[in-house]
Amino acid sequence: MILDVKGLNVDYITAKGAVRAVNDVSFQLRRGEILGVAGESGCGKSTLIMALIRLLRPPAAITGGQVWLHPREGEPVDIASRTDRELRRLRWRSMAVVLQSAMDALNPVARLSAQFADVLKEHGYKNTEERTAELLEMVGISPDRARSYPHEMSGGMRQRAMIALALACDPELVVMDEPTTAVDVVMQRQILAQILELRERLGFSVVFVTHDLSLLVELADRIAIMYGGRIVELGDAAEIYRAPRHPYTKGLRDSFPPLHAPVTRLNGIPGTPPDLRNLPIGCAFEPRCPRRFADCAERRPELLTVGDALAACHLHDRERTAHA
Amino acid sequence: MKQGRWRFLTKRVAFYLATSWSAITLNFLIPRLMPGDPSSVIVRQLQRQSGESVSPEAVAAIQKLFGDPRAGLLQQYWDYLVSIARLDFGLSVSRFPTPVGELLAEGLPWTLMLVGATTVVAFVLGTGLGIAAGWKPGGRLDGFLSPLSTFLTAVPYFWVALIALYVFGLVLGWFPLGGGYDPDLYGRPGFVGSVLEYMVMPATTIVFSAFGGWLLGMRNMMITTVSEDYVLLGKAKGLSAGRVMFRYAARNALLPSVTGFAMAIGGVLGGALLTEIVFSYPGIGYLLYDAVSKRDYPLMQGVFLLTTLTVLLANFVADSVYVMIDPRTREAGR
Repeated sequence: MILDVKGLNVDYITAKGAVRAVNDVSFQLRRGEILGVAGESGCGKSTLIMALIRLLRPPAAITGGQVWLHPREGEPVDIASRTDRELRRLRWRSMAVVLQSAMDALNPVARLSAQFADVLKEHGYKNTEERTAELLEMVGISPDRARSYPHEMSGGMRQRAMIALALACDPELVVMDEPTTAVDVVMQRQILAQILELRERLGFSVVFVTHDLSLLVELADRIAIMYGGRIVELGDAAEIYRAPRHPYTKGLRDSFPPLHAPVTRLNGIPGTPPDLRNLPIGCAFEPRCPRRFADCAERRPELLTVGDALAACHLHDRERTAHA
Repeated sequence: MKQGRWRFLTKRVAFYLATSWSAITLNFLIPRLMPGDPSSVIVRQLQRQSGESVSPEAVAAIQKLFGDPRAGLLQQYWDYLVSIARLDFGLSVSRFPTPVGELLAEGLPWTLMLVGATTVVAFVLGTGLGIAAGWKPGGRLDGFLSPLSTFLTAVPYFWVALIALYVFGLVLGWFPLGGGYDPDLYGRPGFVGSVLEYMVMPATTIVFSAFGGWLLGMRNMMITTVSEDYVLLGKAKGLSAGRVMFRYAARNALLPSVTGFAMAIGGVLGGALLTEIVFSYPGIGYLLYDAVSKRDYPLMQGVFLLTTLTVLLANFVADSVYVMIDPRTREAGR
């Protein structure tokens, strides 16, 4: 196990009070595993992964829970409670990040080589030029592009360079925030294939965030579905896609064309994502749910085991009582 | 890439040569476009002021600059260009027959030393503090510096200068009241010391009222830049806070300030006016003030031309420096 998240809460602290964007989230990540996190805009998925590596920007702040990182060497560390100074030594060596837009994430006035060199030097690598060339080759970029500035590269190349940069110090955990949203579909496939191949070779774990469930099925081992700041379903990727247990997961699945199957009818989810400042007392999805019933508006369903997966939906209450 | 840079530079040089040419031409044309015959008007004014007749040499000097009604315009234009190329700006009327070029050469070092140096100091000080304030907006340092800068920027410079002159010069008597040096020490061992002593008050007042503007500009750019993804990535990489602050945030936030700085350097000659009047400092600004009060038109024209050309030169330097510090403009310049 590389990551053990326990009851994580993240609040956006505003003048009108705190708004909880990540609510009581718990999960574990195995070594070498790819966990996909999917959900609509504003469901808290990006906030969640930024909290995992403590890169939240104010006014967002972790207000509860623990994030235990189990590094290769040394004791487990609770990322949530350490100071920034203490975390520096773990950054990039144990946990790295790939951001959504490489254009914005690379320093526009520095050559690629300099952006590799500074982090390599910081973490004790001697031969930075050689290492940079090796990393670029790993993602299919010619090493002589190291002298380029970010604006001199194509979008796909920049994004692959970002992935190479994330792997610079051989991290154990890489969080990826929609790294393929800014590139075209062909490049998207290439990048996904590359991530899978590199994971095989280097054995890092990934938490990958996207709104595109069909893309996650191609990539992830397990998938977590988020709604209104909470995980509402968590399970094996293929299983979640084939037989979603939560009506929201089903809605999300039917909103995107599958990558590997003929396109049938696409159905969106009616209604809009919930207002985090004013969540319903019961299930947050209840107002939009096609299968809601009386219980849903009154009690919030807990995330409980359903078969091999976890789901937070009252539809499965009867199953559970039947088992018990 | 090297080639692109050269092509960019040649293009800029050509542009600035063309602009300088039009500035010189305007300087030639404007007096001649005035209704009537400006040179006779100037000669008559001078006569009225001094009460004695103007010497033929002075009349010739004025006509050379403002138009001889008897000569053709093209011929005059050619003569003017030739004399400018020889750095011959005509003869001063108020200090006849001193050449204007000589007066300018005398005043220029004083202004460059005082206003040039203080502009650099104000920029470095303001920008440095602006980086620190903008790194943690709303922090303790920012909470103190930003209101202070807003206040300092709002106070008119001449007022600060007059108050300083009154308090430290007149009441306390710590510093001399005016001038650039102690005339008794001219060319003697203590001269450099006296120059520095006379510089203290004008220099301090300039820095005092100029650094706030730089601070606010840099602080605001820093705040925008700090929220950029690449700054976040710098932190994610585990780099030290100082490195992220300077190499990632400030390095990018500085770009607009560099342009502003070059403009300020270009404005040094024009901006020297108030300082040099208040402190009777023997630079270009005081020269212009003197020329205006004595209606020394050739001298005025010389100062104007020099000011225009300095602005152009500073802009050219800014352009070239910008190309070096922002790789993205190299593409655009091609």
